[in-house]
Amino acid sequence: MNGMNMNTATASAPSAPLRDLGAMRARIKSGILRQQIFAITGILFTSFAVLVLLAAFLDLLFDGLPRLSWDFLTNFPSRRAEQAGILSAWVGSALVMLVTMLAAVPVAIGAAIYLEEYAGKNWFTDLIEINVTNLAGVPSIVYGLLALGLFVYHFGFGESILAAGLTLALLILPIIIVSSREALRAVPIHIREAAYGMGATRWQMISDHLLPYSRGGILTGVILGMAEAIGQTAPIITIGALTFIAFLPPMPVTGEFPFLSLQWVWSEFTVLPIQMYNWVSRPDKAFQLNAAAAGVVLLAMTLMMNGLAIYLRYQVRKKIKW
Amino acid sequence: MVTNLQERPAQHAATQIKAEVRNLNFYYGEFKSLKSVSMSLEERKVTALIGPSGCGKSTLLRCFNRMHDLYPGNRYEGEINLKPDDVNILSKDVDPIEVRMRIGMVFQKPNPFPKSIYENVAYGLRVRGVKSRARIDEQVEQALRDAALWEEAKNRLDDLAFNLSGGQQQRLCIARALAADPEIVLFDEPTSALDPIATASIEELISSLKKKVTILIVTHNMQQAARVSDYTAYMYLGELIEFGETDAIFVKPKRKETEDYITGRFG
Repeated sequence: MNGMNMNTATASAPSAPLRDLGAMRARIKSGILRQQIFAITGILFTSFAVLVLLAAFLDLLFDGLPRLSWDFLTNFPSRRAEQAGILSAWVGSALVMLVTMLAAVPVAIGAAIYLEEYAGKNWFTDLIEINVTNLAGVPSIVYGLLALGLFVYHFGFGESILAAGLTLALLILPIIIVSSREALRAVPIHIREAAYGMGATRWQMISDHLLPYSRGGILTGVILGMAEAIGQTAPIITIGALTFIAFLPPMPVTGEFPFLSLQWVWSEFTVLPIQMYNWVSRPDKAFQLNAAAAGVVLLAMTLMMNGLAIYLRYQVRKKIKW
Repeated sequence: MVTNLQERPAQHAATQIKAEVRNLNFYYGEFKSLKSVSMSLEERKVTALIGPSGCGKSTLLRCFNRMHDLYPGNRYEGEINLKPDDVNILSKDVDPIEVRMRIGMVFQKPNPFPKSIYENVAYGLRVRGVKSRARIDEQVEQALRDAALWEEAKNRLDDLAFNLSGGQQQRLCIARALAADPEIVLFDEPTSALDPIATASIEELISSLKKKVTILIVTHNMQQAARVSDYTAYMYLGELIEFGETDAIFVKPKRKETEDYITGRFG
């Protein structure tokens, strides 16, 4: 309203002196008032969002924390809620994540390097770009169906850790590709020209400069992708993870030569979100508390990953200024 | 500067051509930005390219190390023959990497790698496959001495290059180019991002470097061209208007356009 007054005043009365100090101060005052109104509204909206999240988090914490104990982490699930634990679930989550990382990271970084540094501008590159962008928006259950047909049946991987890890790898590929490309693109052109100017080949420029300098951004993308993958439930259920499992996969390290075994990738498994889902769906209140406790563990793992990503980004920004 | 001018006639008899540009046309896509440029670089002399913005001086400089090959749609016509072996470095048969190994470049903005001072200078040697630590140490020290940075840097070789001042960073970039023992060093407005004191030290350095290496420098500062160069080329709209000894160009230019630019009537 005030703004409209100002406009009409200046438009209709060009003779109103702009140097009138009294009018100037009144205008500044009303400007400051409106600015403060906006700031307060902003604070209210922001704190509402944060408070709702905090309330949800605290509720989970109050329910789950009393149930958390060493036994809870080292026990298998059980028919009796007090004796049930998440051993098979967190070991399953960890092993699935390992497969996911080993599969997704090299492919995603390779794809990012190719798209940023090698691909020419043509219809084929455009096609890949459109695909990568759209893959990020595909619902995760669709990945589950794809994996069920491709990995579980066609390739015969069965309902295994390998199949689950590869499924989640597909799911987070676009996340890592997009963030890695951004990290590579952030290396300024004058650094690239400096490397080429010294007689570096394209690969020397990439391996000696681009990759080391964009490491922080790439790692951040990897970690955020992994944080996304660890919470996924739908695709894992689709490919047939067990909901009740009281054994561990074969150990990756064995007593006999060659001391490393890959048998575990073929093992059946469960993961934390599925264990939670299983407990939540029970009528018994004690199992719901178990679910909350498992939720706290899952949340802690995700927060730790995000914290690590923020720390890495901070470290790299501190060292590199363009 | 004055002494340089006086020395010149004595040295003149011994000069040799290091590179010869012949009928060079250059296209950014459809746009012809260099029109039939012909000139030569004398060995161990400083040649300056001057002219108003957009005249093609940087474009010409970047032909010398095939920088334009990095971007699609660029095209060369004509020759730049590098002596004594008479290789046309613009030829499709010559790998741009080979050209860049023979001809170093210092850029407009100091652009050290986010690595240590030592690793910055050593990079050219690493690219060339030098493995011997002793040899790299020796060449890094020599290059830093040649770039007048050794005294300031010798106790902090493992420091990040970014911790140097702007002028020191540019001298580091010069050392980086020198360490690979180039035949020609290209300078693309090397002082435009620096303060007057750092500029003076870089100019002094350029004048001393010509004992070792042939230099081509782009500058939009005419006084700088007059101070550091032996030969000057005046370019306008992609054409080489006048090329000759620097004192001749600045004292009695043959072409009216050159005179107008130099006396500040335009540009």
